[in-house]
Amino acid sequence: MYAYDELDRTLINERVSEFRDQVKRRLSGELTEDEFKMLRLQNGVYLQLHAYMFRVAIPYGTLSTKQLHALAHVARKWDRGYGHFTTRQNIQYNWIKLAELPDALEYLAGVGIHAMQTSGNNTRNVTSDQWAGVAPGEIEDPRIWSEILRQYTTLHPEFSFLPRKFKFAITASDHDRAAIKIHDIGLRLHKNADGETGFEVLVGGGLGRTPFIAKTIKPFVHGRDLLSYVEAILRVYNQYGRRDNIYKARIKILVHELGIEKFAREVEEEWKAMDDSALTLENSVIEEIRSRFSYPAYEKLPHMPDELKQAAHDPKFEAWRKNSVFPHKVQGYAIVTLSLKPVGGPPGDATADQMDAIADLAQKYSFGEIRVGHEQNLVLPHVAKRDLPVLWKALDRLGVATPNVNLVTDIIACPGLDYCSLANARSIPIAQELTRRFANHETANLIGRLHINISGCINACGHHHVGHIGILGVEKNGEEFYQITIGGRADENAQMGTLIGPSVPYAEVADVIEDIVEAYLALRDRPEELFVDTVKRLGVEPFKERVYATR
Amino acid sequence: MPLVKKNAGIVNDLFVHVADGAELPGDSAILISAARFLEDPETLSKRAGKTGVIWPNNRDLDDLVPYLDRLAAVALVFPSFRDGRAYSQARLLRERHGFEGELRATGQVLRDQFVFMLRAGFDAFEVKKQSDAEAFASTAKRYSVFYQPTGDGRVTALNRRMQLRHSESAGQ
Amino acid sequence: MTSPLEQKKIKLSGPSMVTANRTWDGAVIYRTSKQGWSTELPDAAVVRTSDEARALLAESVADDVGAIGAYIAPVEVADTGKVGPGNLREQIRSAGLTIDVPVPAQA
Repeated sequence: MYAYDELDRTLINERVSEFRDQVKRRLSGELTEDEFKMLRLQNGVYLQLHAYMFRVAIPYGTLSTKQLHALAHVARKWDRGYGHFTTRQNIQYNWIKLAELPDALEYLAGVGIHAMQTSGNNTRNVTSDQWAGVAPGEIEDPRIWSEILRQYTTLHPEFSFLPRKFKFAITASDHDRAAIKIHDIGLRLHKNADGETGFEVLVGGGLGRTPFIAKTIKPFVHGRDLLSYVEAILRVYNQYGRRDNIYKARIKILVHELGIEKFAREVEEEWKAMDDSALTLENSVIEEIRSRFSYPAYEKLPHMPDELKQAAHDPKFEAWRKNSVFPHKVQGYAIVTLSLKPVGGPPGDATADQMDAIADLAQKYSFGEIRVGHEQNLVLPHVAKRDLPVLWKALDRLGVATPNVNLVTDIIACPGLDYCSLANARSIPIAQELTRRFANHETANLIGRLHINISGCINACGHHHVGHIGILGVEKNGEEFYQITIGGRADENAQMGTLIGPSVPYAEVADVIEDIVEAYLALRDRPEELFVDTVKRLGVEPFKERVYATR
Repeated sequence: MPLVKKNAGIVNDLFVHVADGAELPGDSAILISAARFLEDPETLSKRAGKTGVIWPNNRDLDDLVPYLDRLAAVALVFPSFRDGRAYSQARLLRERHGFEGELRATGQVLRDQFVFMLRAGFDAFEVKKQSDAEAFASTAKRYSVFYQPTGDGRVTALNRRMQLRHSESAGQ
Repeated sequence: MTSPLEQKKIKLSGPSMVTANRTWDGAVIYRTSKQGWSTELPDAAVVRTSDEARALLAESVADDVGAIGAYIAPVEVADTGKVGPGNLREQIRSAGLTIDVPVPAQA
């Protein structure tokens, strides 16, 4: 957990006071909407269908107990009692009033939470692995570098009016849980042959209308050069990214149009011309940031505590443990995922009461720390295994212990047409129906790991392109239709899914997904072959046949 | 449109914007377009009066750089306040090319970008709204903490922390 | 429904209205025939020609302090004359979410 110091807090407070003044000038008419829109976006305030939407930053998905209580309070006091965790590790409130936002922001500033640059054409939340700092085999905690980047990119005077939004993600594990390959800049932390820490830098990933997998621009950038190198990339993008067409303004288009070699040369040229001494990260500075991260004083605990042995006779507990509990790098501890995907519920939502209860459980069982994953679930990262049975009972009562993590009902969905003014179709009811169809845990376990991603429009906030099954809402003659893709992946083998055929109407989507799953169960060569691997092996045809035979 | 200068507030503009076809007014301080300047940069950069060039935001600075030490001012352009290319140009002029003359922001220059512009190296502002020009001094003081190093000489938060650390340990 | 944020030409597909969101709190509002706004869709002024729509939109947009994001949306006019939403998007905006929101547990 990074501890904000007085400097960090001062900046947040100064920002709140600036925004309060800007809201005042907007409501008085001194600022037109055209002048105000970019300013409110830079503070995470969108206009949606019913109301404003307020997106609060959760830097690299890490929260303290106190902070989660504060998020609950905001939901209760200034919203309608719930919030939505997003695919970029942030939280969104859907009913907030502009006039009350400065108060909500001031309140959040008190616990070191802000909404800076969660929207707008600037650099957004630097996301990371929700298991950072506790994953076995991790090279080092990537959040140190996320925090270094967060500070560097916050209110950067040169890069606050980029051609378009800019997203970073960092991973430090072989298995990429941060989806770095679909980000504008993806960073893979690793060590070179001399044991020095550095990054493989990838650029130009992104979804939306023109999805691209990021390409490696430099295989190894030394840690001390990270900021200067990033500055070179941003400067090239700021100057040459397209500004004539918002659909062609992301860096992925620039990289595509120049080609990665030419783009890399432009960046290298800029980087060499920089007097990078100001941005070179001295070891002492890196260590300063590292020292502000506190880690739990783990106890020496047995690998298999008695409490766990005794609880093993409870099949419900065991089902949950096998599904939602993951190995921790410290013996005797575990990483626990809290499913925010209850059967029939909107994916990724939590009520204020749930947030408060989870915050308290984190205090008791996770050293006061919670994580938010981009798959829209929460994580308690430091749970002693002996506490798992008692924790589970509490989580189950709260409705956040559905044992469906990584399974077919662990659906990632954008808010869709129920909330979002950009949407063509609804996504949440599709997700809800699918969780009902596959509610049976035996069935879900039989199917195995299967990621369904739903987006209500081509902006792809649900990351449908990289879903094992991707569902994209479109509009045809005023009706909601859905295109289905299969075979996408978001991890270190990231790739886009393939369309299986013509779009299908709203009422048929759940049936189609059932057909696809049935086809997979029939076609897989053994139970351990994951859905996405069966698709890889056999291609789209057999699935297409099954789905469209009777349609 | 009021001209604001850093540390001086609203001032009279000494520079005259001269249109491309128009005659140059003797030894007055002038601001001319890049196209006009580049027709005869040697002569124009050596004239008795102060010369300033308005450089478009979609053009590299390379053609301007050789004359910088003879120019009194460079004016950069924000066609819309959302178009941030001039921030990069400003930093390059100040930090890489060492330009010390007046660096002026023109175009859609609004209050809420003053701090960014100052940090990028601008010291003169053709401000769109009178009320914004009047609020310049108070707006410029909005922030006291800055994370990134730019040419504005301010100590970054990281450096302040390191200084605090050193003084803490020195005091032991 | 294709986001009206992408509207360029004004081409009515039938009777239409102008709707927006209230600046201070984001509430859904409808332009009335009395140069004002209402939060109730039945109060919306109905336009039937591009010229009427353009004029209604212009006066709506002119109220920059009170309303944001004004756009032209389709309506259905019942035989009784009652004005209702003309597509799913406007249905959702007037009637609310088509899903149940998470309800805080009863104490």
